[in-house]
Amino acid sequence: MAEEHVASPAVEASPAVAATTTGAAAPAKHVQPAAEETSLITGSEAIAVACKLADVDVITAYPIRPYDTVMQYVAKLVSNGEMDCEYIVAESEHSQFEIVKHASAVGARVFCGSSGVGWMHAFEALTVTPALRIPMVTMVGNRALDDPGAFGVEHNDALAVRDLGWQLVWVDNAQEALDTALIAYRVAEDRRIFLPCAISCDGAFLTHSQALVKIPSQAKVNAFLPRYNRGDLLLHPDNPITVAPQANEDWLMEIRRQGAAAMERSPSVIREAYAEFEKIFGRRYGNPFFEEYMTDDADVVLVGMGTLSTPVKVCIRQMRQEGKKVGFVRVRWFRPFAAEELAASLGRFKSIGVIDRDFSLGSPYHSGVLTTEVRAAMYGLSKRVPVLGFICGLGGREVTLPDVRKMAEKVYLAADGKPQPPTQWIGLRE
Amino acid sequence: MATVPNDRELAEVVKMLETQKLDPFKGVKKLPLEEFFTSGHRTCQGCESALVMKMMVKAAGPRTIVLGSTGCMYVANTTYYSTSWVVPWMHTQLGSSGSAGLGAAAGLKALMRKGKMKKEPINIISFCGDGGGADMGLSAISATLTHPDYNVLILMYDNESYANTDIQLSGSTPYGANTTFSTPGKVKRIMHHRWKKNMAGMLAAGHPTCRYVATVCMSFPVLSMNAVRKGLSIGGPTFIHSLDPCPKGWDYDPIQSHELGELAVTSGVWPLYEVEDGALKLMGKTRDIADGRLKRTPVRDYLLRQGRFAHFHDDDIDYFQSKVDEMWNKWLIPGVIPFHKQIASDPAPASA
Repeated sequence: MAEEHVASPAVEASPAVAATTTGAAAPAKHVQPAAEETSLITGSEAIAVACKLADVDVITAYPIRPYDTVMQYVAKLVSNGEMDCEYIVAESEHSQFEIVKHASAVGARVFCGSSGVGWMHAFEALTVTPALRIPMVTMVGNRALDDPGAFGVEHNDALAVRDLGWQLVWVDNAQEALDTALIAYRVAEDRRIFLPCAISCDGAFLTHSQALVKIPSQAKVNAFLPRYNRGDLLLHPDNPITVAPQANEDWLMEIRRQGAAAMERSPSVIREAYAEFEKIFGRRYGNPFFEEYMTDDADVVLVGMGTLSTPVKVCIRQMRQEGKKVGFVRVRWFRPFAAEELAASLGRFKSIGVIDRDFSLGSPYHSGVLTTEVRAAMYGLSKRVPVLGFICGLGGREVTLPDVRKMAEKVYLAADGKPQPPTQWIGLRE
Repeated sequence: MATVPNDRELAEVVKMLETQKLDPFKGVKKLPLEEFFTSGHRTCQGCESALVMKMMVKAAGPRTIVLGSTGCMYVANTTYYSTSWVVPWMHTQLGSSGSAGLGAAAGLKALMRKGKMKKEPINIISFCGDGGGADMGLSAISATLTHPDYNVLILMYDNESYANTDIQLSGSTPYGANTTFSTPGKVKRIMHHRWKKNMAGMLAAGHPTCRYVATVCMSFPVLSMNAVRKGLSIGGPTFIHSLDPCPKGWDYDPIQSHELGELAVTSGVWPLYEVEDGALKLMGKTRDIADGRLKRTPVRDYLLRQGRFAHFHDDDIDYFQSKVDEMWNKWLIPGVIPFHKQIASDPAPASA
């Protein structure tokens, strides 16, 4: 693939739509399209395409809905000769993540993923991956944890690793999934970071929903994404190091601090990557950490992650026709958490409501995870903005327009000085 | 473990990488002097597992990556700033020796195949203890042995307990042994009623495309090192099970480590064999026993040298002896495959 590395191509002002392909039917091998193609693909397939474009070396699969659709696409890409990687079907999620962890240690670019309790089955491997400074990129097809069984989305799976050194990002459409996967490799494999990155895609709503996605050219991806270089951490006979010795109380704290410092550097590296992405691909994401929707003149805002952005945005447009100035802030990067920027943004409003598609039993005010983090981020503001927590859309339950309206109205009540419970479950059968 | 009829074709399909061709050592005096597992470790006096590490990597040579799952041979060998490993070494999780070896092999293969790394045969050895292998890591080891695509040797050093965490029983602890999880008491003398897992036999029988499975004991170092060399040379995933006397866990004077290993073999408790491309070969003194050149020694001599069996009454020893006799007299393939012939007139197994 080396001959395909070219100088950074000029940004296309309006990428022409060359062709539309569906499913795994992709352009003939070795042909570089002159312009970006557009394909009708799902969020999962978009990430599989990103893996192909990133020339990933080792991929491990294990079935669990809904993330596993990404591996079904990968299998097709491999069997059709469109992707050159070691594609391994593991015997458990624990092995799935351990296999790519060690492949990454010997210098391979890797991809992996899971959902729900599958992700939890891999928890030990997930724990050591950031500790070993392994820049693994994974997809989490967010799914409710057992029991009882539910295929639908909840964010507790990915959020479970929030303290461990994983960079966590939520996307809300297939294009963003593809783009963010490329960005994730660039950030994770940056020597200043060397921390893994999990891309969360809401189960069904994104993993299985098709949308038109612009597929970038290989040349542009090569210009954007340098080859993974493990450097002095490479496990190879030419570099005979001992990785992860027993450090105990003598050194463990210093080693933890190194991981923390890498996470502290992550925001600036993420910013660089988005700026470079815009330069090369011509697609602009604005603030990488969160998206603001109709916030400029908003009185109150809702905050949330993932695909609930769709009903929220539709409802906001309806409410604005009635003269209610509601806005929306969609958090993309949960780790690193852009606390200062987010607080500065949210501090502008009269009241905010945070929608959690997760639960955190026994947490402060029994709120969801995102609410608790937003409250913590806003603590230092001199102006105290009421923060309401909403728990909504668990187990894949749809977040409906009436749900959103109900939440927005409660936030308005708080803005008007009418006290509200700190946490409310919305769309719940009473 | 039938030989795959078209090994060469399979190797072509899965694009096997070349392995190092490591010829057997001709005797203890022909061993190389160079060490790749050296000072700096903190294993107990008389630790046979440390000897396994030393001889294993001496057999493999310098172009080797070693992956070690949690256990004595992690905790005692890799104290930060005093690692004993001269070759590259990486920790892996307790149940991950199979996955670690597979992942490292897959990574190297992808990089070499795609021209991202200089092509050369690099040995990958992934080791685990009996807790990591016979208990927690069994499914990952089994999965790895089904992948003909990758060259990796998994070595299980079996000191018959979770010895690093205070000697708790594992699925590989012998019947009746006193461990900190099976301490004999006033009412129950025998707290551990489970028979030791037959790891090598199970893995050989259950993974028809795995080309090499062996049992070893470092009381017989040249045999053991040559098993390592064959396991690395033959290609694909391979497995070696080593029985390692453990002064702390078995409770004996460290000076007796080698002797206990010998007694395990001569008493028939620990048969030495290799299964190469489906062909079973009994090795060393085990072969002598099978061929009638050597009489099995009573297990009593083996058991009563160890404090972990000090609570045994004669009944317990007799029971233990009867189970070992069964291994030799009733098993379809003595010491290896524990099926019984359905009727006495059934023909003897062809491969024995």
